[in-house]
Amino acid sequence: MKESYYISNSCVIKNQKVFKNETLVFESNEADFNAFAKATYKNLQLEYPKFFKMDGLSKLAFLASEFLLSDKNEADNIALLFANKSASLDTDLKHQESIQDKDNFFPSPAIFVYTLANICIGEVSIRHQLKSESAFFCSENYQTEFMLNYTNYLLQNQKADKVLCGWAEFLNDDYQAVFYLIEKQGTKEHTINEIENLFK
Amino acid sequence: MENLKEELKGKIIEVLNLEDINIEDIKDTDPLFGDGLGLDSIDALELIVLMDKQYGIKLSDPKEGKTIFQNIETMAKYIADNRTK
Repeated sequence: MKESYYISNSCVIKNQKVFKNETLVFESNEADFNAFAKATYKNLQLEYPKFFKMDGLSKLAFLASEFLLSDKNEADNIALLFANKSASLDTDLKHQESIQDKDNFFPSPAIFVYTLANICIGEVSIRHQLKSESAFFCSENYQTEFMLNYTNYLLQNQKADKVLCGWAEFLNDDYQAVFYLIEKQGTKEHTINEIENLFK
Repeated sequence: MENLKEELKGKIIEVLNLEDINIEDIKDTDPLFGDGLGLDSIDALELIVLMDKQYGIKLSDPKEGKTIFQNIETMAKYIADNRTK
């Protein structure tokens, strides 16, 4: 018999607000993303100094994941499937700026290491000690059906016990994260309709 | 030399995004790596860029870094002896 999968938890971060399972859990007046991210980090009472070295995309993915994985069991094999529209363009532009002028050519290694979209998967994996399946996809919009099928494939074939799916878009201080955890238990069925509701 | 050490601490905090660490928290002989400030390999590369950008010092031999970046004291001494700007 085909197993059913569920959206057990979700986290949406946008417009200076954080929603967990569609309930507002944090709000800040900080319009600047870094200030908002710092306020959210402080609100979570985290002690993870590396957070402040991350680029915007990684901070966004890190925070959204934190709301969903903070109580995970050590043995959980959680795959990570993330996606966005602008890849690492925000950081790519910062890097490009630092190498624009040949007389003032000082590329920053700390910026350069974030010039790949899937680095944020690495940051989440390090934080939660995951050595699991992962992939980062870039497309104009969230490919709901594709992500649903990929997630079901990973679960059906025992490649993962749970799958954390996430849209993490960050460019020029505009940001949106829509993350959700898929597993065998939950209240919302893992369907295209339920996933699309999270984006509304 | 004392001014240079203070300046260096400020620049390190700024460049390496050391949140919640103040100039007074960094002792001149505290190790920068390992148990001290807990810097990592990317931070080491960032310090090399800082030396070049701020003080005109180009470190070509990575082995040199191990001695120079031991602590603020060793870094400031090297900068004072070798700076070109």
